Amino acid sequence: MKAMTYRGPYRIRVEEKDIPRIEHPGDAIVRVTLAAICGSDLHLYHGLMPDTRVGMTFGHEFIGVVQEVGPDVRNLKVGDRVMVPFNIYCGTCWFCARGLYSNCHNVNPNATAVGGIYGYSHTCGGYDGGQAEFVRVPLADVGPQVIPDDIDETDALLMTDALSTGYFGAQLGDIVAGDTVVVLGAGPVGLFAAKSAWLMGAGRVIVIDQLEYRLAKAREFAHAETLNFAEYDDIVVELKKQTDYLGADVVIDAVGAEADGNLIQQVTATKLKMQGGSPVALNWAIDGVRKGGTVSVLGAYGPIFSAVKFGDAMNKGLTLRMNQAPVKRQWPRLFEHIRAGYLKPSDIVTHRIPLDDIAEGYHLFSAKLDGCIKAVVVPSAN
Amino acid sequence: MSEEDVPLAYVADKPRPGAESPDELRRRIPGWGADLDPADRPSVPRLDRDLPDTGAHWTFPARQPGGEGRERSIEHAFVTPVFGTVAPLRGLSGVVRRFAYSRFSEGRAAHWLLLVLGDRVDVAESRVEAILRGRPDRLIAETGIGAEKGVHPVASRLRSTRSDTHHTWMDPFVVSAPWIAAAVVGWRIVRRVRR
Ligand SMILES: [Zn+2]
Ligand SMILES: [Zn+2]
Repeated sequence: MKAMTYRGPYRIRVEEKDIPRIEHPGDAIVRVTLAAICGSDLHLYHGLMPDTRVGMTFGHEFIGVVQEVGPDVRNLKVGDRVMVPFNIYCGTCWFCARGLYSNCHNVNPNATAVGGIYGYSHTCGGYDGGQAEFVRVPLADVGPQVIPDDIDETDALLMTDALSTGYFGAQLGDIVAGDTVVVLGAGPVGLFAAKSAWLMGAGRVIVIDQLEYRLAKAREFAHAETLNFAEYDDIVVELKKQTDYLGADVVIDAVGAEADGNLIQQVTATKLKMQGGSPVALNWAIDGVRKGGTVSVLGAYGPIFSAVKFGDAMNKGLTLRMNQAPVKRQWPRLFEHIRAGYLKPSDIVTHRIPLDDIAEGYHLFSAKLDGCIKAVVVPSAN
Repeated sequence: MSEEDVPLAYVADKPRPGAESPDELRRRIPGWGADLDPADRPSVPRLDRDLPDTGAHWTFPARQPGGEGRERSIEHAFVTPVFGTVAPLRGLSGVVRRFAYSRFSEGRAAHWLLLVLGDRVDVAESRVEAILRGRPDRLIAETGIGAEKGVHPVASRLRSTRSDTHHTWMDPFVVSAPWIAAAVVGWRIVRRVRR
């Protein structure tokens, strides 16, 4: 089969690989019909995530058709069209039993601090991802779900991470009616977080980014006010001015480890890999939120320490909330919102890329060229 | 400054700047307030045992064969029952990675810095191996730079509408810097362990 294959930082190629096999009785093999490139794939692509091995296939956002099932699989059959949450989890460990599906203890031998994620380095378990023609889906009775007939397949694809994560970030913010919500980052997750903040009753939603085309999308798609941080000497001061010196009630960090904006952080973190990523966005969140407010972190950060302004968080009495989204817990409510017409996730897709051209796709997305917001990858084995 | 001009943060209550009424918001934004009640928002990860069936029909998953000798975090009691198999440890990078896993917990910077070093060694080993196998890395094509054709590669750099412009100049330095940094750290760890 054809698969996206990592060759080192900024280098990928499409290779012939063996079709994955059933390795555990609970596995399924899924023929991928659509995959996506995610902002957090860029951390891998840039060589920022420890133990990303040459030869691995990325891609934790995908949907497909069940091709084969292991002897223990009861809930799926060959031919089912499934959406697969990016979390691999067992459903029964101490953490899963309490709903922390993204923190499963039974699927990632390489680390205890993070669960299993498709195509996300050995730090997340060493599984291949879905930017390929076929993918191994472990514990297939738990994660995947048959795509409902009335749900568009691109919408289903976006629910495997970006939409579910954005909605989750708004939830972590504990938004109450009338709150001023600031979202850092106008990528897919930020756009969905902004949109979700309205559903939860936000009174004002402000999205911050530095790329005009992404801010335009935030105004049009997410009905948000926007600020381009590149136009201000100090975006935190501007935020305070705009909120009558209060600060935001809730700030959602939808940027993560590769924030631009501070050269020293950029060099030590995203370039020299001496920090778990640049915490510029997180520090803006801590500075920009009001005292007693809530910071919700969705952006991916690596396991290496980062220079976070923890003293300010303490002195301001902040609530800091964060996790990888337990994706499948979001789906029932998100289906309702999509059916009601409140959400149309596929509206953010800007590029459809054949799997053969995925190196170009990564480059476009990484450099933010050609108005790229969300790129969907189309494998050829259909 | 008259009292009405004192910003909101300095007084107990004042209308918020830019505030719209719920009715205005409802008219303008599809679904505004649909999840207004914080108690009716599913799936916030507070420890919660009243959950829908996950579909699991085991108390502990069956053990995947092949776990013997597989690297694992020493914070785990054993190799987890389910694991990925796509790139087993091999070569010099495998030695570095195995050392990182067997010696240091996730709480130690050395664990992660050694893994980063292992990544760089892996890339070098793989380049050589690819040449020996007669399928050398296509160093230019693999960057995807071909995508720039037709999307204004020059203008985008001049007008700063792309996110890589401001650090392109330092890329050559930083490609070599992680090697040097990781080698220094690795050497210090080896010395400390030997002592
Ligand atoms: Zn993702
Ligand atoms: Zn579990």
